[in-house]
Amino acid sequence: MAGRHLLVGTRKGLLQFILRDGAWYFDWLAFEGIQVPYACFDARSQTIWASVDHGHWGQKLHRSKDFGKTWQEIEVPKYPEDARLKEDKPAALDLIWVIEPGGVDEPERLYLGTNPGGLFVSDDGGDTFTMNAPLWNDPSREPFWFGAGKDSPGICSILVNPKNAKHLTIAVSVGGVYASFDGGLSWEGRNRGISSEFLPDPNSEFGHDPHFMTHCPAQPEVLWQQNHVGIYRSTDAGKNWQDISEKEGPARFGWPICACETNPEVAWVVPAQSDMSRVAVGGALCVSRTEDGGKSWQHFRQGLPQTHCYDIVYRHAFDNDVEHLAFGSTTGNLFASGDGGECWSTLGNYFPPVYSVRFYQT
Amino acid sequence: MAQVAFTRNLQRFFPDLEETEVPAQTVAALIQALDQRWPKLSSYLVDDQGRLRRHVNIFVDEVIIRDRETLSDTLHADAKVFIVQALSGG
Repeated sequence: MAGRHLLVGTRKGLLQFILRDGAWYFDWLAFEGIQVPYACFDARSQTIWASVDHGHWGQKLHRSKDFGKTWQEIEVPKYPEDARLKEDKPAALDLIWVIEPGGVDEPERLYLGTNPGGLFVSDDGGDTFTMNAPLWNDPSREPFWFGAGKDSPGICSILVNPKNAKHLTIAVSVGGVYASFDGGLSWEGRNRGISSEFLPDPNSEFGHDPHFMTHCPAQPEVLWQQNHVGIYRSTDAGKNWQDISEKEGPARFGWPICACETNPEVAWVVPAQSDMSRVAVGGALCVSRTEDGGKSWQHFRQGLPQTHCYDIVYRHAFDNDVEHLAFGSTTGNLFASGDGGECWSTLGNYFPPVYSVRFYQT
Repeated sequence: MAQVAFTRNLQRFFPDLEETEVPAQTVAALIQALDQRWPKLSSYLVDDQGRLRRHVNIFVDEVIIRDRETLSDTLHADAKVFIVQALSGG
């Protein structure tokens, strides 16, 4: 069981791949035929977590404590009865979009980012969850949070500062970035420098659309986000963001972004054409890397399709660890790189649409 | 006692699910009673606010229930209830 693994959540189930002698091999499939929007591994408890969306039968949460051999269905989080949406509709769980383990010094804590707009917290290892009320009750939610590709806003990114687990940074799509320094008891906006042309006031404090946000684990004050309106970086834990999009070039629009584990100057994106034309740029896939904090970008295409390519990569479908990168596309292509994203190998071309890709090591 | 039948699709998640009889006067009470026998079954039929899921149908004597929000439709003593998924998706 020891080794590197890759969890791939898809439209038709959860796949695991395993690394042997430098190549990735299919290991197992779980939840055949059922959507798995997100899956990840909690190294603290050696548990695989999977968001499982049955469509007809609703959104479920499963965990495996034996590396995928057996699964246990957990009671799904429940919105409080007084949690209301616009037009006074009651909020109900639509999607568990992201799952994030808490800090190493709080082994029982787990976070879920949901649609509509819920941050759920467990302090008993995921047996039960309660909604974070301070974020839900933040006065910015009602006027500034709204759905984009979905009917409602969702929490798509949750960052726990590895040096201080009380410091949380979350991204709401659409709503913006928020930070807490007391474990979620209070929140403040973190959107200065983002300019969203789709808002009446582009420089509004809230209402922005971070597609995905991540950080450099070795220097967690360095944040990166692939936003709807471009790529941004912050060196002060989100107080100020700098637009690092290419003015001429593909590194601008897209969904996912990966940050180097050790070097705060290095990140990768998988560009898409634009919000008006959500396809690969010029019918060809590339991965773009910056090694200077976003001042410049290099584009790598070796091993990626360069003609008749319509693939885009969803926000959770690109991941890296210290040695590898991998991403899956809406067209069911799955690629991995072992050289910093310069050359790519194909793990398969006929998978279902890929929702999430996450590495783990045992 | 209401007689309850289920779509076979639910047996994937509840392998011992079978036709059953339940003493219940409303659909809401029936769902609650079913959950006692098959824990978590109700969460497959209704959302976390107790509303019938969008792609689930419940028929009482071959008629779709009217109240999908609170499941207040009443059941007479010999009601025949059929719980089924809507035909949707791909």
